[in-house]
Amino acid sequence: MEELDGEPTVTLIPGVNSKKKQMCFDWGPGEMLVCETSFNKKEESETKPGCPFIYIIRKDIDVYSQILRKLFNESHGIFVGLQRIEEELTGKSRKAQLVRVSKNYRSVIRACMEEMHQVAIAAKDPAIGRQFSSQVSILSAMELIWNLCEILFIEVAPAGALLLHLLDWVRLHVCEVDSLLADVLGSENPSKHDSFWKLVTILVLQGRLDEARQMLSKEADASPSSAGMCRILGDLMRTMPVLSPGNTQTLTELELKWQHWHEECERHLQDSTFASSPHLESLCKIMLGDEAALLEQKELLNNWYHFLVTRLLYSHPTVKPIDLHLYAQSSLDLFLGGESSPEPLDNILLAAFEFDIHQVIKECSIALSNWWFVAHLTDLLDHCKLLQSHNLYFGSNMREFLLLEYASGLFAHHSLWQLGVDYFDYCPELGRVSLELHIERIPLSTEQKALKVLRICEQRQMTEQVRSICKILAMNAVRNNRLGSALSWSIRAKDAAFATLVSDRFLKDYCERGSFSDLDLIDNLGPAMMLSDRLTFLGKYREFHRFYGEKRLTDAASLLLSLMTSQIAPRSFWVILLIDALPLLEEKEVVFSAEQTYELMRCLEDFASRRPVWREPGVQRIQEDVENTKLEMLRLALARNLGRAIIKEGSLEGS
Amino acid sequence: MEEIYAKFVSQKISKTRWRPVPPGSLQTADTFAAGSWDNEENYVSLWSIGDFGNLDSDGGFEGDHQLLCDIRHHGDVMDLQFFDQERIVAASSTGCVTVFLHHPNNQTLSVSQQWTAAHYHTGPGSPSCGSAPCTGVVCSNPEIVTVGEDGRINLFRADHKEAVRTIDNADSSTLHAVTFLRTPEILTVNSIGQLKIWDFRKQGNEPSQILSLTGDRVPLHCVDRHPNQQHVVATGGQDGMLSIWDVRQGTMPVSLLKAHEAEMWEVHFHPSNPDHLFTCSEDGSLWHWDASTDVPEKSSLFNQGGRNSTFLSHSISNQAGVHQSLISSWLSTDPAKDRIEITSLLPSRTLSVNSLDVLGPCLVCGTDSEAIYVTRQLFS
Repeated sequence: MEELDGEPTVTLIPGVNSKKKQMCFDWGPGEMLVCETSFNKKEESETKPGCPFIYIIRKDIDVYSQILRKLFNESHGIFVGLQRIEEELTGKSRKAQLVRVSKNYRSVIRACMEEMHQVAIAAKDPAIGRQFSSQVSILSAMELIWNLCEILFIEVAPAGALLLHLLDWVRLHVCEVDSLLADVLGSENPSKHDSFWKLVTILVLQGRLDEARQMLSKEADASPSSAGMCRILGDLMRTMPVLSPGNTQTLTELELKWQHWHEECERHLQDSTFASSPHLESLCKIMLGDEAALLEQKELLNNWYHFLVTRLLYSHPTVKPIDLHLYAQSSLDLFLGGESSPEPLDNILLAAFEFDIHQVIKECSIALSNWWFVAHLTDLLDHCKLLQSHNLYFGSNMREFLLLEYASGLFAHHSLWQLGVDYFDYCPELGRVSLELHIERIPLSTEQKALKVLRICEQRQMTEQVRSICKILAMNAVRNNRLGSALSWSIRAKDAAFATLVSDRFLKDYCERGSFSDLDLIDNLGPAMMLSDRLTFLGKYREFHRFYGEKRLTDAASLLLSLMTSQIAPRSFWVILLIDALPLLEEKEVVFSAEQTYELMRCLEDFASRRPVWREPGVQRIQEDVENTKLEMLRLALARNLGRAIIKEGSLEGS
Repeated sequence: MEEIYAKFVSQKISKTRWRPVPPGSLQTADTFAAGSWDNEENYVSLWSIGDFGNLDSDGGFEGDHQLLCDIRHHGDVMDLQFFDQERIVAASSTGCVTVFLHHPNNQTLSVSQQWTAAHYHTGPGSPSCGSAPCTGVVCSNPEIVTVGEDGRINLFRADHKEAVRTIDNADSSTLHAVTFLRTPEILTVNSIGQLKIWDFRKQGNEPSQILSLTGDRVPLHCVDRHPNQQHVVATGGQDGMLSIWDVRQGTMPVSLLKAHEAEMWEVHFHPSNPDHLFTCSEDGSLWHWDASTDVPEKSSLFNQGGRNSTFLSHSISNQAGVHQSLISSWLSTDPAKDRIEITSLLPSRTLSVNSLDVLGPCLVCGTDSEAIYVTRQLFS
C-alpha cells in the first residue's frame, strides 16, 4: 500500500449517532448501505430503540445532477468516436484528430458551464444559486486543467508556439476584460473612463498589444500633452517581434530581433521617456518583464498562472517546454509571496507544467467529486500513447481502472446505465466481467427494457446472462398466467426444462377445460417445437385436433398413434389419447387399418398393465371404476374396428 | 439534411409526436410532445420549434427547440398520441392510460382523464400488483385503442369512464403496437411475429385475420398503415427487418427488406408523401426510405437510342410512373428494380433511437442518449 494522500473526509449521516450506536455497512457498486446495529456493549443491559432506517450513501453525487447528465451523454458520443478513430491514422493527421477530440470535450464542458451559470443566475433561492455557482467554478477549473493538458500533452507545442498557446489559454479563462472593453469603448469619452488605465494594463498583461495600441491612440487624441509618449509606447507595442504561424523565420532570428526590441524598451526607460506619466511608465516596465512591476498588478492578474504567462511573454518568449516548470514554480512562489498556501488547483496546474501526468490525474481524482473528468482525460492521453509505462499494482492499467470506476458509477444510476455499457466495452481486461456483473442487476420493469438489456447481452455473446434474463421474464409470465408469453421466452432462451414446465401447464389447462388456449402461438411453433419433448408433444397433439377438426381423419389417426408409439406422449396423458381414438374408431368409414388397430391394442394393454393399483377405498376407487369402464369401451371399439378393417382390407386385396 | 438540431434534455426519450396541424391550414408543424422512460421521475413534455420567419438576432439559437411545459407521468411513457389539438394520450408501464390536456394560455398540462388499470395481469402471484405495461395506443377521435403486455385490447371513448369494449386474452403473447386499418378495424403486432386484424363489430376474442412471418416468429415491434392505400402496411421487427404487407391478399409479407442491425422501434409512412418512409432502431440509426419513382434516371436509361426515342421514353416512363403510383410503389415485387433509396439521417451513431415522427417537412426523433433531434428541411 502506498501512503494516504490526505485525510479521508468524514460524512455525517443525519439521524445516526455513531458515538452511541454501532453501525454496520455493506458496499454496493456505487453506493453503500449503512444502518445502526442493535448490538450492545456488554455493560449495557437494556436495549434502547434503535434507528429504524437503512441509509443509502452515494459517493458520486454528480451523476444525479440534471445538467451534468448532458455532459455525460454528450461526452459518451465523443468517447465512442475516439475509440473508433484509432490506428489507421498516424503522425500529423492523428495528432490533429486527437486535438479535435480534446476540443470537443472542452466545448461540452463549456456548454454545461454556460447552462449551469444561467441556472445559477435564475435561481430564486440563494442557497441553490450558490450551489450552482460552485458547480460552475468546478466546471471552469476542469476546463482550465483540460485546456492546459491539451496544450502540453496533446498539442505538444514547441518553443515559441508554446507561448502563443499559453496566451490563448489565459485569454480564454480570464474573460472579464471583454465586458470591460465594451464598457469603456461604449462611454462618451473612453480615455476619461474610470477604468481606462485598468483596461489598457489588462490588455498589455494579456499580450493584446494591438488593442492596447488603439486605446493609447484614443488617449493621445484626448490629451495632446502626452501624445508623443503615447506614440512612442505604441510604436514599441507595434514592433514587438512575435511568432506568427505562417512565418518562416527561425527561432534564433526571432530571439535576436526580440533582444533588440527589449534593449530599445530598456533605453526608453533609462532615458526617462515616460517619466511624466506613471501609467505609461508602468506599462513600459511590464513590457520589460519587470517582476516587481508585474506583481504590482496582482489584482489584475487574478492568479499566478496569468502572472507566469505574462512574465514569460515579456522575458522569455521562446521558452522551451522542459523549462516551463522552473518558471511555474517560481511564479507560484512569487505570486503567493508566502501569504497563502497553494490550493488543489494550483498543485494540479503545477504538476501539469512539470509534465507529471500521473500527478495531475492523481490530484484531480482527489480534488474532484466525479470520475468523469479523470476517466475521459486519462483515456485521451492514453490514445496519445503517453501512459503505457504506468501499470497499477491492482487491476489493470490506470486508464482502465478509471474507466471502470466511472462506468460503475453510471450503472448505479437509475437511468444512465446504458451509457456505461460502451465504457466497459473499451476496457479490454476487466470490462467484460464488470459488465456481466452489472447487467444482471438491472431491474427489468417492462419487456421493452428487458429487450434492450437482452440486445446488449446478445451483441456481446453473453449467453449466460441472456439465459438468465429470458428465464426471469418467463417466470414472471408464468406468475402472471401468461403461458404464451412464458413459452415464447423459454423458446428464446432455448431453455428446454422450462419449456417442458410451461407445456405441462398448457396440457393441464387442456385437461381441465377441454380446449386449448393461446392457439395463435401453439399453431405456429414451427421448428421451435423441437426444443423439448413435451413441447413437441403439445404441438403435435394440437395438430391432431386440427386434423380432426378439418376431417382429415386418416392423418389424425396415424398422428395419434405415433404420439403413443414414439413414446413422446407422457404416460399420464395416454388415457386421454386412447379416449381420443374412440370417436375415430366409431366413424362410419374405417380409419385405423388392421395393423394400426393392433398397435393401438398393444398401447392399451401396455397402459392398463402399468396402471398404479389403488389401495385405499374412496373417491379414487370410483375414479378407477370410471376409467375401467372407459377401457372396456375402448377394447370393444377396437375389436369391432379390427373386424371391419380386416374385412375391408381383405375385400380390397381380393377385388 | 444539413440542418438537424440536437438538444440534450436530461431524460431518456421514449416517444416523440408532432401535434397535428388543423385540417386545411397552411401552418407547418411547430409543436411536438415527448415522453421519457426509465427515469426515477418520468415526464410528458411539450416542445416548440419556434417561429420560421423570426430569425434570432444571434442566429445561433433559432433552430433549437424550447420546452413549453411538462407534467409528471407515473411510470415509463410507453406510447404517446395526440388525440386532437389539445389532448395527448399517454400509455404507461403501470398499465394506466392518461389523457393530458394542454392549456395554451398559461402553457400548462393537466390530467383530463385517466383509466388507471387499463392493462393488468390476473395471475395468482403477479409480482407487480397485477398491473401490466400498456405498450401501444392509437386514437381516432373519439376512440382510443390500447394494447398491452397482458395481450388485452381496450377500446375507450373520450368522456366514457369505462372501456367501451375489452378483448381479454386477445393475444397469447405481448402486443407491441396497434394502428387503425379502417374505422372499426385495427391492426396489432405481437412478439411472435404476427400481424392481426380485429373487427370491433365482431363479438368474441378472435381476430378476423392473422398474417405472419414464416417460421422464425421474429417479434414485430411497430406497424404503420399507408395513408392513402389502406391495404398497404409496414412493420418493423426485432431483427431490424422492414416488412411490407398487402392485407388484402396472402398471409405473408409482400416484401422483406434488410434494414437495421437491431430492433426497429418505429416505422412511419410520410402522411402526405407516402412514397417516403422512415424507420428508427435500437442500433442508433434513423433511416429515410425513398421509393418515389425516379423519372429522370429512367429517361436517361432510354436516352441512348437518340432523339426520337427520348420523346417516346418520356411518355413511357410517365405512364410507368402513373401505373406505379396506382399500385403503390411499396408493393412492386420486381427485384430487378431496386428503386428504394435509403439515407441515414443522423450524423453519427448514438444509443437507441426510440421514436420518430414526421409531419410535412419536419421530423423529430428521441433517443436513449437523452437527445431530441429535429429537422425542418426533410426534402431539401
